[in-house]
Amino acid sequence: MSDLETALNAIAPQLGGKSVTGLRRLSGGASQETWAFSLDTGRPLILRRKPAGAGSPTGNANPLATEAALIRAATLQGAAVPEVLYVSAPGSDIGEAYVMSAVEGETLGKRIAQGEAFAAIRPKLAFQCGEALAKIHAIPLEGLPELARSSALDELEKYETVYRTLGARRPILEAAFKYLKDRAPPLARPVMLHGDFRNGNIMFHPETGVAAILDWELVHIGDPAEDMGWLCTASWRFGGGKPVGGFGDYADLLAGYEAAGGTPIPLERVLYWQMLGSLKWGVMCEGMYASFANGTDPSVERAMIGRRTSECEIDLMALLEQAA
Amino acid sequence: MITHPTAPELIDSVIRFIEERAAPQLKDRDAFLCRVAVNALAAVRREIEQGGSAEDAAVERLKAILGRDGDFATLNDALCNGIQDGSIDAFDPAVMAHLKASIIDQVRIDQPNYAGLRTLSG
Repeated sequence: MSDLETALNAIAPQLGGKSVTGLRRLSGGASQETWAFSLDTGRPLILRRKPAGAGSPTGNANPLATEAALIRAATLQGAAVPEVLYVSAPGSDIGEAYVMSAVEGETLGKRIAQGEAFAAIRPKLAFQCGEALAKIHAIPLEGLPELARSSALDELEKYETVYRTLGARRPILEAAFKYLKDRAPPLARPVMLHGDFRNGNIMFHPETGVAAILDWELVHIGDPAEDMGWLCTASWRFGGGKPVGGFGDYADLLAGYEAAGGTPIPLERVLYWQMLGSLKWGVMCEGMYASFANGTDPSVERAMIGRRTSECEIDLMALLEQAA
Repeated sequence: MITHPTAPELIDSVIRFIEERAAPQLKDRDAFLCRVAVNALAAVRREIEQGGSAEDAAVERLKAILGRDGDFATLNDALCNGIQDGSIDAFDPAVMAHLKASIIDQVRIDQPNYAGLRTLSG
């Protein structure tokens, strides 16, 4: 039996069972481990765990205990989130982690954007995502754990520092930094952002749509259009032809947001953050590659992700060309 | 230097071995990493075949834009510095044309199936 399985068996009573079975690591997720297992009662659960010594490539991930607290805050707002059953502290046998209910649905972006199973529900997904964001953005800031606050200019400065530190010379990234800094909107109406709201981090059910919003590690306070722009960033379309996550249209996203009580957001602001999203992901890919280059994470995934920056650059190029 | 087997042939043989023999025995995260490994080898193969001519073309464009000589790294540095300090306008048609041609060549090596490549290269 693995150390992790032993540790999970020890907390099984707190999860509502006597023991755990079928522990296995799910693919993907390099900065955080995701494990699936079941209780002896048959209830399927998910463990999210930070590997010992792991940092996020940009150092802006919240502690998992904060993530768990934010999921609970989102529950109160009526947002679709998993139930958090147990939070485990750094240094414990399980490590920094939390256990949540397993929700039935799909997170593979390509299946959601293109798969036949989602053909019927797909036209409704952008509207539902708008509703979900309105609920998250309505979470009162009072009583939340300490969170970073970041305007467009703050975000650009943060990622430009990462980019300059890495020492890469990429002229399209230079052009995008300059273009976006010259047009950075002020942070007029700060809200709590999910921070990583994109196709791949949202579980969709093929019959009912949005089932659970996952991956709350990058929650921060900022411009509500940031979450929308990230959902529309071309890197997260998975070959789907539509701008919102590859599955939907801007108008439906904005309409869903307003229908759920969100303050209307101009499309132009969403498009600004969409471009910033491509720039940010391009820098983050470089940053994740750096953890390979310096030996922190020698996996082929970390090496190869450095070759995805060019995807972001070609998307930025298309946007710059449109702006010209 | 020998002529055969060529580097692309060696890479092809490794890709075939991984896909036909190794991959079926892997599951979960290792299966995922195996697909990434095959993608990495395929990118190396394309870089061997396309990288040299792409860089030569980029150097020619950069010489015309900057009005000076140099290798790719030197000229690319100069372009980046110019865009950063504002002395070169990225929206200048010759600069835009260079950025566009360079990134199309790069994505053809890195991720030739990426949807954004079709968007930009038509």
